Amino acid sequence: MKIIGFIITVLTGAFLVYAAADFPAWADPNSPASTYLSPHYIEKTMDETSVPNIVTSLLADYRGFDTMFETTVILSAGIVCFILLRIFRRKKSETRHYRHVLTGVTVELKKGRKIPVSSTDFERIDDLWTPPDLIIKTGCRLMIPFIQLFALYVIAHGHHSPGGGFQGGVILGASIILLAISHDLRTATKRMREKVVAILCAVGVFIYAGTGALCLLLGHNFLDYSALASVLHVDPITARSHGILIVEIGVGIAVMTTMIWIYNNISSAGKYNQGL
Amino acid sequence: MAELIPIIIAKYNYWIYITLMMIGLFAMIAKNNLVKKIVGMNIFQTAIILFYVSIGVKKGATIPIIEHGHGEAAHHAVQAMDYINPLPHVLMLTAIVVGVATLGVALALAIRIYNRYNTLEEDEILAQIRKE
Repeated sequence: MKIIGFIITVLTGAFLVYAAADFPAWADPNSPASTYLSPHYIEKTMDETSVPNIVTSLLADYRGFDTMFETTVILSAGIVCFILLRIFRRKKSETRHYRHVLTGVTVELKKGRKIPVSSTDFERIDDLWTPPDLIIKTGCRLMIPFIQLFALYVIAHGHHSPGGGFQGGVILGASIILLAISHDLRTATKRMREKVVAILCAVGVFIYAGTGALCLLLGHNFLDYSALASVLHVDPITARSHGILIVEIGVGIAVMTTMIWIYNNISSAGKYNQGL
Repeated sequence: MAELIPIIIAKYNYWIYITLMMIGLFAMIAKNNLVKKIVGMNIFQTAIILFYVSIGVKKGATIPIIEHGHGEAAHHAVQAMDYINPLPHVLMLTAIVVGVATLGVALALAIRIYNRYNTLEEDEILAQIRKE
């Protein structure tokens, strides 16, 4: 298999090298990729959408339909991970372990018993539980709010600087995943329940598609944000900029929750216990 | 040979992407472990991202964000020559996120396979399937 694979690889590589001979040189301004549509986008984006970041206006306006289905792909990836891995009916183990948060005393409970006092004093732990490192725990706790603040900045400022829904959403998701890594998965799912994650994931896609449908209802084409001018009381070109922001927020929510959802399912193999 | 060297230097982005892509392809075909195959798939994706982004570069151009794009001076003439091509960036922006999503699905499938066969080596899995 190794030899056949090597031959296939070398043949494909030789074919690609032969094809690359016809490609334009590195950084050639007159290459075919830069001469047909892209000059229109670069020169007209300010007049047509009033968004200085061309990548954002291209992503959410000119190619809005593409991005909508890109978001749907991410949503379906999250659902697939959920369906493949999530285990609802697990074997009831004989004993369960609870840990008293303040004193650190571990309590072992037999099947069917309950903890006597309110459950806020105790947290459920697994058999292989190890206490999280104090330095890592505190450091991450300090960092997470700033990471989330930066993510919101990236989403909101995507019109004027590098950023947008995808990048900000990934950073937001990473902050929750950092919480799950530095503490454990139970802590993270306590903050962000599985149901909330799943619903927000669909809500993000719904915001995107709903904006498109709203434009359709207002008598314009699907995802033609200039239709929002009458709702937002601005001129049609500014309405495009606002429409892009709404859509980016939807993308950000969908991407954030999908990252968390995939991480939760994969790191605990669908059991939603303490995770890694 | 002397006339080949300028061509090789002028198109070095393509040589790098082809090398990376072939590393990924070889890993996907020849490796026995499923996780190594997934890693190969990711290297393959990275090669394509590198290819697209390198296509968008123009000599002497800056990032595709219009300078002084807000305020009074917003409506000045914009030259396409001054900004690199934004189209490959847009395509790859979504491709990166979708790449993460496909990686998640691939790992989920790998976990299921591991639960079922207790191994991630391809030949051992095939032997167990034949035995059944």
